[in-house]
Amino acid sequence: MNNKNIKKFFINNAVPIMFIVLSILAIPLAGLSGEYLIQEMMTRLARYLFLVLSLLIPIIAGMGLNFGIVLGAMAGQIGLIFVTDWSVVGLSGMTLAIIISMPIAIILGWIAGVALNHAKGREMVTSYILGFFINGVYQLVVLYGMGRIIPISSNTMLLPRGYGIRNAVDLENIRGCLDKLIPLKIGNVNIPLATFLLVGVLCVFIIWFRKTKLGQDMRAVGQDMEVAANAGIPVERTRVLSIVISTVLACIGQIIFLQNIGTMNTYNSHEQIGMFSIAALLVGGASVAKASIPNAFIGIILFHIMFVVSPRAGKTLVGDAQIGEYFRVFISYGIIALALVLHAWRIYKEKERARMMFREANSSVSSESEKG
Amino acid sequence: MEKIKIFIEKAGWPRIIIGLFLLALFITAPFVNVNVFTSISDVLVRFGMWGILVLAMVPMVQTGCGLNFGIPLGIIAGLLGAVTSIEMNVTGLSGLFVAMGIAIPIAVILGWGYGLLLNRVKGGEMTIALYVGFSSVAFMSMMWLLLPYKSQDMIWAYGGQGLRTTISVENYWFHSLNDIGAFNIGDHFYFPTGMIIFFAIMCLLIWALFRTKTGTAMTAVGSNPEYARASGVNINKMRTISVIISTVLGAVGIIVYEQSFGFIQLYLGPFWMGFPAVAGILLGGASVHKATILNVIIGTFLFQGILTMTPSVINNIIQTDMSETIRIIVSNGLILYALTRTIKAKSAKVKA
Repeated sequence: MNNKNIKKFFINNAVPIMFIVLSILAIPLAGLSGEYLIQEMMTRLARYLFLVLSLLIPIIAGMGLNFGIVLGAMAGQIGLIFVTDWSVVGLSGMTLAIIISMPIAIILGWIAGVALNHAKGREMVTSYILGFFINGVYQLVVLYGMGRIIPISSNTMLLPRGYGIRNAVDLENIRGCLDKLIPLKIGNVNIPLATFLLVGVLCVFIIWFRKTKLGQDMRAVGQDMEVAANAGIPVERTRVLSIVISTVLACIGQIIFLQNIGTMNTYNSHEQIGMFSIAALLVGGASVAKASIPNAFIGIILFHIMFVVSPRAGKTLVGDAQIGEYFRVFISYGIIALALVLHAWRIYKEKERARMMFREANSSVSSESEKG
Repeated sequence: MEKIKIFIEKAGWPRIIIGLFLLALFITAPFVNVNVFTSISDVLVRFGMWGILVLAMVPMVQTGCGLNFGIPLGIIAGLLGAVTSIEMNVTGLSGLFVAMGIAIPIAVILGWGYGLLLNRVKGGEMTIALYVGFSSVAFMSMMWLLLPYKSQDMIWAYGGQGLRTTISVENYWFHSLNDIGAFNIGDHFYFPTGMIIFFAIMCLLIWALFRTKTGTAMTAVGSNPEYARASGVNINKMRTISVIISTVLGAVGIIVYEQSFGFIQLYLGPFWMGFPAVAGILLGGASVHKATILNVIIGTFLFQGILTMTPSVINNIIQTDMSETIRIIVSNGLILYALTRTIKAKSAKVKA
């Protein structure tokens, strides 16, 4: 590898490298055991992988980071509320939750896709606001509709006033049902094998999907909508489909996430999902226009090492864990900001170059015509 | 009939629906034991509190930088000014102006940097503004813990280090602007004259600015960058100026807000401050590309009116506090409408 290549490698992977350096500095400060860290990473990989992978398909379709995965998360939570209410236990409960929430996720995904088609060129900010908007609707349904219009049989789930779901729903019935399905222990580290197998299936699906007609169409749309349209690809439909798939995957992802955690914060669990998943993907070296499965793996590990370590490191450094707490919030937002800036800058530079070339071409044409 | 149609088209459906909704709330209020005069007075106070923050949206929209979701950056400058003035122990109106005097230079510097950044990311301003706002709030959260402020009224009582999450301005400059020439009518109606006049002066300044040569150039940059470039306008400079003005207005706006509210909210307080401001100006009829002072006034009044009236009236009707949910749906629905609508109009123009 010559000098230029090394430089390019560092520039392209600036974010992951920065994180590796930060982690190397912070781990000794935190003083956590290696075993503990590995166990944490296993748990967190199982928890987040599905969600982070659900971001990949809209990126292929050129729609950027889909902040709208919170829509899928909300759909998943509605499914979980019903399953808990009917006390369906274990894996069958989880499957039923997926079956119930799937149609909701499809509808929400379709709404999101149509909305984003009206906001071409600013998909990300629109999908972000869309998340908030649907969150309002979700609150309306869950906080005011459930137990009043939508029947909920168990009183323990309802607020004391008789309707509306409580802030926390105990998912005792399905806690760990997937993670502990195939028990595996290496040393003292528990490995949630079944969850990883499911993630493996999703990875295979994504790889296969990229090669299908639809996957190829999405890539074409992602590269240039006009060219794709001229080639006879139904651009709008393809874009909507990519968002629908992403939303459905996020819905399943959220259910997996919550079966691992074991309790659901009815009104908060979904809110942070978009930000954390996106930050993790970006930390793994993805950009707004390009992301791969390895990015997701690396990103989750690096981002969550930071997450586990920073409050402890903050405490050793300045004697205040709160600092570390704020530091990781800052890092998550900062990393998204940085990635977005780099991406927008690149696009802007390309545009400028195209404009200059266009101008040069024009001026040469006009000078020729003057001669003639 | 034609006239009504044109009116609807001009005003836009969201504005009409929300206007009618607000009217309905005012009409229902007396029947559910809500005092109309208190309500109107509350709306006026909140109007004054939010006015300048909504006004801060105008310059950037006019130069084509889109909706300034990054207003927390200006708010942070304002907060720095506010806590410093308390640290210096200046009270009354002079305390307020000391706060502004400190906040404005900080806002100019921050706004300048923010402007330079936005010039490099043309086309993606809004998403980036959102995250610049978020990350600066998170960064300042660390700073509030570390900065060496000493005043007993501001630091945590037990630890002795770091600022509190909410700081009362009661002993310093609480209502110092509101109460200038304020008057009561009857028992229930209070008019915050000073604050409203201050807001009017700010509006007038911005209005006048857009009538100067620089202001015209700024509008030109927003409405037709190619034309502006051809007539020798320095686009990046104009955009930076607009971002600086917007950030400064954010700083001044939050100080006015605090003197009326009575508290300085630090840490994650400024996090969501951008959204009501954005929703306000959009409700006033502004789009992502065009905003006027009139949009600010109408929008702030309507939006704050809804926020003030829904808790009191709706609660009394259905005995449920749905105001928070309604606020979320209305404000984000408006932003969503604006983001998805303008593109449509643009593509229609291209076809024509």
